Amino acid sequence: MANICPYGHFTHVVVRGIPETFGKLAEDGGENGEISVELAKAQRQFGCLTGALRQKVGLQLIEIPPNPDLPESWRIEDVAIIQGDTALITRPFRQQRRSEVEAVRRVMSELNLKVVEMGSEEGGSGGATLEGSDILFTGREFFVGISSHTNHRGAEVLADTFRDFAVSTVPVCGGARLKNVCSMGGPDTIIISKSDGAKKTLRMMEQLTDHHYEVLTVPEDSAANCIYIRGPSKRDFLLHRPAEECPDSVSAFQKLQDYTLLPSACSEASKLGAALSSFCLLINRKHTCF
Amino acid sequence: MTTEAGSETEVKEKAEESAAPADQSEQATEEAQEVTNGEDTTAGGEKEEKKEEKDKEGKGIARFLPPWLKKQKSQSQTSPAKEDSPIQETVAKATEEEEGPAPEANGHAEQVDEKEQAKENEAESHSNASAETEPAKEEKVEETAEESAEETKQTAEEEGGEGEGGEEPKKEQGGEEGEDKGEEGQGHTSIFQSPLRLVRKAKMKLVVCRISLLDGSDFTCEVEKRSKGQLLFVKVCELLNLMEQDYFGLTYTNNHDQKCWLDHTKEIKRQIRSNNWQFAFSVKFYPPDPSILTEDITRYLLCLQLREDVASGRLPCSFVTHTLLGSYTLQAEFGDYEADQPKPLDYISQLTFAPNQNKEMEEKVLELHKSHRGMTPAQADVQFLESAKKLSMYGVDLHHAKDSEGVDIMLGVCANGLLVYKDKLRINRFAWPKILKISYKRNNFYIKIRPGETEQFESTVGFKLQNHRSAKRLWKVCVENHSFFRLNAPEPPAKARFLTLGSKFRYSGRTQAQTRVASSLIDRPAPCFERTSSKRVSRSLDGAPMISITHAGRDLGGENGREPHLELHSDSKASVPQTEAAAADNTHSDGKEPGKTTEVEIEETVVIQEVSVASKPGVVTVTDSPLAAPFAQQEVAEQEVKAEEEVKTPVEAKAAKQESVSSGSESEEEAEYHPNVSVSLSHTQIPEEREEEEKEEEQDKKEEENEESLDAPSAPAGLGQSTEAANTEGEEEEVEKKNEEEEEGERETEESTEDSMVTPEETPNGLDLAEEDTDGSVPPAAEEEEEEEEPKLNGEASVVEAEPLPQVICCSEPPVVQTEMVTISDTFAAQKTEIATKEVPIVHTETKTITYEAAQLDSNGDGEPGVLMTAQTITSESLCTTTTTHITKTLKGGLSETRIEKRIVITGDCDIDHDEALAQAIKEAKEQHPDMSVTRVVVHKETELEEEEEEE
Repeated sequence: MANICPYGHFTHVVVRGIPETFGKLAEDGGENGEISVELAKAQRQFGCLTGALRQKVGLQLIEIPPNPDLPESWRIEDVAIIQGDTALITRPFRQQRRSEVEAVRRVMSELNLKVVEMGSEEGGSGGATLEGSDILFTGREFFVGISSHTNHRGAEVLADTFRDFAVSTVPVCGGARLKNVCSMGGPDTIIISKSDGAKKTLRMMEQLTDHHYEVLTVPEDSAANCIYIRGPSKRDFLLHRPAEECPDSVSAFQKLQDYTLLPSACSEASKLGAALSSFCLLINRKHTCF
Repeated sequence: MTTEAGSETEVKEKAEESAAPADQSEQATEEAQEVTNGEDTTAGGEKEEKKEEKDKEGKGIARFLPPWLKKQKSQSQTSPAKEDSPIQETVAKATEEEEGPAPEANGHAEQVDEKEQAKENEAESHSNASAETEPAKEEKVEETAEESAEETKQTAEEEGGEGEGGEEPKKEQGGEEGEDKGEEGQGHTSIFQSPLRLVRKAKMKLVVCRISLLDGSDFTCEVEKRSKGQLLFVKVCELLNLMEQDYFGLTYTNNHDQKCWLDHTKEIKRQIRSNNWQFAFSVKFYPPDPSILTEDITRYLLCLQLREDVASGRLPCSFVTHTLLGSYTLQAEFGDYEADQPKPLDYISQLTFAPNQNKEMEEKVLELHKSHRGMTPAQADVQFLESAKKLSMYGVDLHHAKDSEGVDIMLGVCANGLLVYKDKLRINRFAWPKILKISYKRNNFYIKIRPGETEQFESTVGFKLQNHRSAKRLWKVCVENHSFFRLNAPEPPAKARFLTLGSKFRYSGRTQAQTRVASSLIDRPAPCFERTSSKRVSRSLDGAPMISITHAGRDLGGENGREPHLELHSDSKASVPQTEAAAADNTHSDGKEPGKTTEVEIEETVVIQEVSVASKPGVVTVTDSPLAAPFAQQEVAEQEVKAEEEVKTPVEAKAAKQESVSSGSESEEEAEYHPNVSVSLSHTQIPEEREEEEKEEEQDKKEEENEESLDAPSAPAGLGQSTEAANTEGEEEEVEKKNEEEEEGERETEESTEDSMVTPEETPNGLDLAEEDTDGSVPPAAEEEEEEEEPKLNGEASVVEAEPLPQVICCSEPPVVQTEMVTISDTFAAQKTEIATKEVPIVHTETKTITYEAAQLDSNGDGEPGVLMTAQTITSESLCTTTTTHITKTLKGGLSETRIEKRIVITGDCDIDHDEALAQAIKEAKEQHPDMSVTRVVVHKETELEEEEEEE
């Protein structure tokens, strides 16, 4: 399959800036009312992350300007799922977030990706919801965490969109998101947290897959979300949380041979339940992965 | 007697010789029907006997040696094969008068005979048996002939019946069937023409089969009406010049619009059950890595299949993949893209690449096509396959089903296991190694899952299919896929015999491992073949497809080592479900009997080993015995040890008779299949003693059961443990129980109790044991495994549908019970009386059971059954001696008792000094367990009648 190749080959990354309304979601939902976040710090961290992606990893960075009306729009990972030449525009769980997709859709089209609309297929009545932070794409298959934000119908749409791949559903425990407890750490490596819920999820993934993955277990949930990119320079990069954010896990990353480790802080966003991967949509516009 | 036997033998051989020719003439088509052969042979033989006793043996006796004859040889090591058959004949004669009843009755009687004799391990399918009987009726020409024929028939049936066993013989004969044989045969025929033959000839009919090939064309050929699937398949493969055949198969559409795979080992007529002799040649097993295919032609055919799969939507692809695959197809069929080609889109749009093909896609296909310039058709096929194999649904055979909650799902069978989909989402997956048992009962389909690392119990997952046909179809596909992809090498020849026992449900072809080996041996210039997509196009236009792929196909068979295919066949068979097969048979048989009275569902059990076991494996793992496991889990310190050692000299497997019965049930409402079970096959077994073995095993089981059931201090419990009396009681009880169960079973076919569950399981075990080894090693192991599994199952409620399984077992039980009961009682009697028992039904075997009882050191009289703490089986096998040790630890009121039961099976060619062997065995046992005492020695001596006769 032309579009089935080892995970990690990316050429572009799409991000969206952090608006002043960062963390103000509380006003709408009331859930995060108690959480205080530092906007400036968050923006600084965002800057560091994007800088690393562009300068260190060497990706083409496309930054969508922030929109103050969409306080969560920086979580761009949720609104599109991209594999190969196809971008599936998702239908986020929260009504307030659904307009985030518009800007992203435009960018996808500009990148000549085949844009698939979820809404159009499912219709509003389908009730399908899907968010990218519940999707783990391993290069060979998709795992969809059935969570509070992503349901079966949403997973079906995903499966229908990416027919070449197996799409498996796995439970996500503790109200978290799938990507909060695991992420890819290499073409065949899954980084996963040591928590019980994560273990449960991992077991299910192992049961469902036809492939064998290496598993790198890290003690902290926060460390389990990393960004792995095999950059244009053919080097392996791993963006992970710095030691101060996950003191016990950093040593685990040292096990990854010949990786360039790029500690990237994400403390503010993580207060809102986000993680490193939440900030970016990774795209491969080159078909040279064979 | 000796002389007589000798002459008979001679005659027999001669008969065979003549028979072969007769066959030839009869069957204008080149096909071997074992059954027919067998009958003819026997008939001919009889005639000969009467007319010219002195005829010499033809030149190629060996060649014409009926497969069953050979088999017997191999099966019963103790008895010379030659003599066997004559004896049979004799018997038949003797029985003639008695068997006065109608042919049907005869057939039945024969079955019974077989059972009792337990001579043949193979199982015949009931349907087969009945079918075979028909001809006999019609051919009433000579009673004698008929009778003898019947006997032969049985054997033949067994061979031909379901499993590969049938195949083996077939092949052997197949080679001979050629023209040579025909010519030779002619002469003979003229001399020995038998009325039977004439009748037959008149009856033979040719049928026109229409096979749609992968390139869209149709192939028409004629086959004899009673041909087996194999014949047709081979014809098609020859036409296609295909050597790597094992990935392919023929499908037919049954009366319920389901696509079914044509079983190579069964008659076509019986499978299609209609006059629509229409088939499709298709890929049956998609090689996970198509690059293992040796020949371009094979890859080409696989490509053709996949193109259709993709175009029809069976193999879902993304847009990108559709275009890519389409471009490779273009490259393969039309070569390089040529810009000046007139209206390229025209021909493209006549090809179907995708279910929803549109202009955009076609344009993209053309664009990609340009990029393939220079690629040869073969290379394009390779690229096509490399892409297609990565698709997640590649090679997945989907079946509609509902889960335990009635939700629609799809079950996908593939090389790696069983996948569960719900609305295109994979929601579960059961890799073959995780699956302990696959079974179906009516429209329920069950898989028993091996417990995970953290789990304690096995779980059983149940699915509902549309109807029982669907369930059976799915089950078969599972069995075949597991066999093909997970089983390794062919078993040693000895084991192969057992294979023949198998029921229809087993995979009869080569495994992938075998076919790969065979492929690597292909040594022929790459056959040239014509790519026919263009024709397909034309076909779509004018609707008159032609067969374009025809070449040197004819040559294939003989020279290039086609034979391996056949041989492999048998091998694979062997490798697969030897023990299981037997088990299945047993179950079957059991089921059958009850079926007559009432409608009882039949359960088939097939256990398959994942890895081929070494030919002389010391360790036997058996899955079936339910009892032991639970006990094993309970560990208590043992304070007192009581040893009971049983030394048995030749012990035989008794599976055969049951098998015969089992074969009968075509109704197959249920079946089981145990993947992953590694079974060691000891082949020393002598068919005759099976009964005894069963009995013994049953006894053991019963004892165990008693112990179990009697955990509480109930009266009878203690006895069973060591004293014979106790055993007897226990057994009797058991018998009663069983009877009750049977009755129950009859009444409520479907209902099952836990008890019943146990029983059924036991039965299979017993069979396994018998088959696997004379040693009896099997039984303990089986018990262990089974026990573990079973209890868990019950406990497992957690999993989807644990209950249904038991039910299944139940049904099968009643029949099983019956058979066993009889056997047991006999054994018992034998043991008690210490009299050598000659069982009437057994014609050719003599069974002696001698029991030595020692005063028991421990007071067995405790009467408390106690708790079985552990059960352990150790099996070691040497060439002629097999020892099985069964250790049972029982906790009785604070005291623990360890009972060691050793079964030593000594098999040899007539010259064994049994006394010495026994003494040696006891001595060894004492040495090994100095702190134990020998409380009981039971000797079963099995001698072939022939031998005895000679001795006399």
